Amino acid sequence: MIPSILRSLVRPLALCAAFALAAPAFAQQAEEQPIPTHQSWSFAGPFGRYDTAQLQRGFKVYKEVCSNCHALGIPFRTLSQPGGPEFSKGQVEALAATYQIDDVNDKGEAIKRPGRPADTIPWIFANKAAAAAAFGKAPPNMNLLAKARSFSDGFPWFVVNLFTQYQEQGPDWIYAILNGYSKPEDRKWNLYFPGHAIAMPSPLDSLFDPKTGKALNAGFYTDGTPVTKEQVSKDVAAFLMWAAEPSLDARKRIGFRVMAFLIAFAFLAYFTKKKVWSDVHAHA
Amino acid sequence: MSGPSTYVPKSALGRWFEERLPLGGLIHSSFVAYPTPRNLNYMWTFGGILSFMLAAQIVTGVVLAMHYTPEATLAFGSVEYVMRDVNFGWMLRYLHSNGASMFFAAAYLHILRGMYYGSYKAPREVLWLLGVVIFLLMFATAFMGYVLPWGNMSLWGAKVITSLFSAIPFVGDSITAWLWGGYSVDNPTLNRFFSLHYLLPFMIAGAVVLHVWALHVVGQNNPAGVEVKDVARDTVPFTPYATAKDGFAIVCFMIVYAWFVFYTPNYLGDADNYIKANALQTPAHIVPEWYFLPYYAILRSIPNKLLGVIALVAAVGITAFLPWLDTSQVRSGRFRPAFKLFFWLFVASAVGLGYLGAQEPTGGYVIASQILAVCYFGYFIVVLPVLGLVEKTKPVPPTIADSILPSPAPAE
Ligand code: HEC
Ligand code: HEM
Repeated sequence: MIPSILRSLVRPLALCAAFALAAPAFAQQAEEQPIPTHQSWSFAGPFGRYDTAQLQRGFKVYKEVCSNCHALGIPFRTLSQPGGPEFSKGQVEALAATYQIDDVNDKGEAIKRPGRPADTIPWIFANKAAAAAAFGKAPPNMNLLAKARSFSDGFPWFVVNLFTQYQEQGPDWIYAILNGYSKPEDRKWNLYFPGHAIAMPSPLDSLFDPKTGKALNAGFYTDGTPVTKEQVSKDVAAFLMWAAEPSLDARKRIGFRVMAFLIAFAFLAYFTKKKVWSDVHAHA
Repeated sequence: MSGPSTYVPKSALGRWFEERLPLGGLIHSSFVAYPTPRNLNYMWTFGGILSFMLAAQIVTGVVLAMHYTPEATLAFGSVEYVMRDVNFGWMLRYLHSNGASMFFAAAYLHILRGMYYGSYKAPREVLWLLGVVIFLLMFATAFMGYVLPWGNMSLWGAKVITSLFSAIPFVGDSITAWLWGGYSVDNPTLNRFFSLHYLLPFMIAGAVVLHVWALHVVGQNNPAGVEVKDVARDTVPFTPYATAKDGFAIVCFMIVYAWFVFYTPNYLGDADNYIKANALQTPAHIVPEWYFLPYYAILRSIPNKLLGVIALVAAVGITAFLPWLDTSQVRSGRFRPAFKLFFWLFVASAVGLGYLGAQEPTGGYVIASQILAVCYFGYFIVVLPVLGLVEKTKPVPPTIADSILPSPAPAE
């Protein structure tokens, strides 16, 4: 990660140099609408992996806070998949059974039955319109939220991001939104939300005092992790990243093997090529 | 260059077949015996890389199509199904979506190679024109492919681009409605785009066959830009020389491709495309994929819609006239010092336009794209015609062999 002082110095400089005409307008825009800062994530970079314990904590936050409004839209069974929160099969079955799922019995009557691992985790609202009626705007489905939000670091950082493999704009965005309620008197004012007026009242207010930031329930986490606003937002953002990209662990694991193979193969191909061409330059 | 083949299969069965259909001879003369200039540099490996990418897109695309549903209410979910529940579906899809970008990156480098070394000049005009046809088909294919996942950028990008046709006087609106199959981009549009997205790559493959055929008739250009005079001195056989070199280049290219697929698969994509298409929710910035950005900037640099569309079409179409716009007698840019300067300015203005195409079209950005658009067109309609007449070029080597061998040894 690049130190933020350096970043804030270099960005305007580079912008001015590249686009002297447009830079002032850009800087002004950046002032009203700051871009999220990069957090450090266990799943960043070529060897990144999800932190199972963090995903489990993140799921707890989702279940106890976010699920009051947001759908998750993934099946229960995925919670026990490798590379995810990896709850046990039994835990997932027990969890699913606590939900009541709409179904139809063999007489064709509408019934409610206990959930099964294959069911999609149900949403608290019957439909989008009902949710929109409650909050003025429907809370977005969370199954892709961490990939559906992004921001640009501007030139030249967006080029650097390719080489540092920075792909965590989504979780950084979610983290920023959760920590962007900087006005204790207006809980629908968010520093990072475009236009600042967000339909979601600060969701972490149910866990932390809006004025002091102190945890209302210090025993919220049972694994000894400190219950701080930063920690809770990071955990839920990491969990949402997994929900959006459950194949990340496998992708990076396979990616390393593919890379190692290709690089070795490239060396062999290079020496083969050299050998083949060795006689050409010698005699014409 | 490819005359009747002297190829004789080794096995009796092979000879039996060869007398009835000389397929082996065709392959042998095209990819084994075919003489390639011995001074080719790595910019000449992009043809092989492009063939590889076309094959990769077709293979991944056909398998994706087995799991994909081209229906407006199901398409988005079917892509997510591929990503989550199909074995290695995420890999297939990331290979395909990033493959399109890699395909374009290789195509742009391949085209710039041709422009720098004057590969479009006689006798390679038809070869060049076939390349332009492939390029246009790639545009259409990639544009329609991007609509298929039916994300919000798919929908709004399709709206913006198809609406360009409505700028045509009198018949524009009818044409747009005909393209849409209705009064907006909707299920009929998605269905036909899927059908065409499946079809066009095979038309590209057909055009590639013609492109390679034309290449093998006139022979490859080379960095010296002089024609082959003596096959024994100036060329080496395709196999093993070009195959070994192309093979190495393809593996290197695959490393870059794998970087995108496995480490930064969404770097080139737009986050809005992970939101399901919603006709009531316009994305904050509608931007096309990166490979369209320079043209998009040219389109937006002109405040009038019809003129903007004309500029867009002209920006792509003008490449077809390159063989006749460039008046220089010297083919390779290597021996044209002034041309070199303008060439790199052209590249810089195209890259600059690409950057501007992704920004919001306000004040300074519009002016900057107007300036760069003038530079872009100026290269074709002013610089190339005039430069060829006034430029002082460096001496051109008499043969390919002379261009690479240490100063010719005195004849013994
Ligand atoms: C009281 C209901 C409610 C709760 C609880 C809630 N949200 Fe939201 N959320 C909303 C609504 C409504 C929106 C739509 C906001 C808008 O577009 O203005 C939203 C939007 C969001 C967004 C998208 C903001 C953007 O960039 O468009 C994120 C991220 C988000 N919520 C995260 C969370 C997380 C994480 C939690 C749990 C810790 C949570 N929400 C809990 C109602 C809620
Ligand atoms: C010239 C070669 C091709 C190019 C440049 C190309 C390009 C694209 C692009 C840009 C997308 C959108 C990817 C995304 O954002 O998700 C796409 C999607 C798709 N393409 Fe292709 N494609 C090619 C060939 C093919 C072929 C031959 C097929 C099938 C026979 C195919 C089937 C599909 C399908 C089913 C999708 C939707 C699934 C998805 O979005 O991942 N493609 N293509």
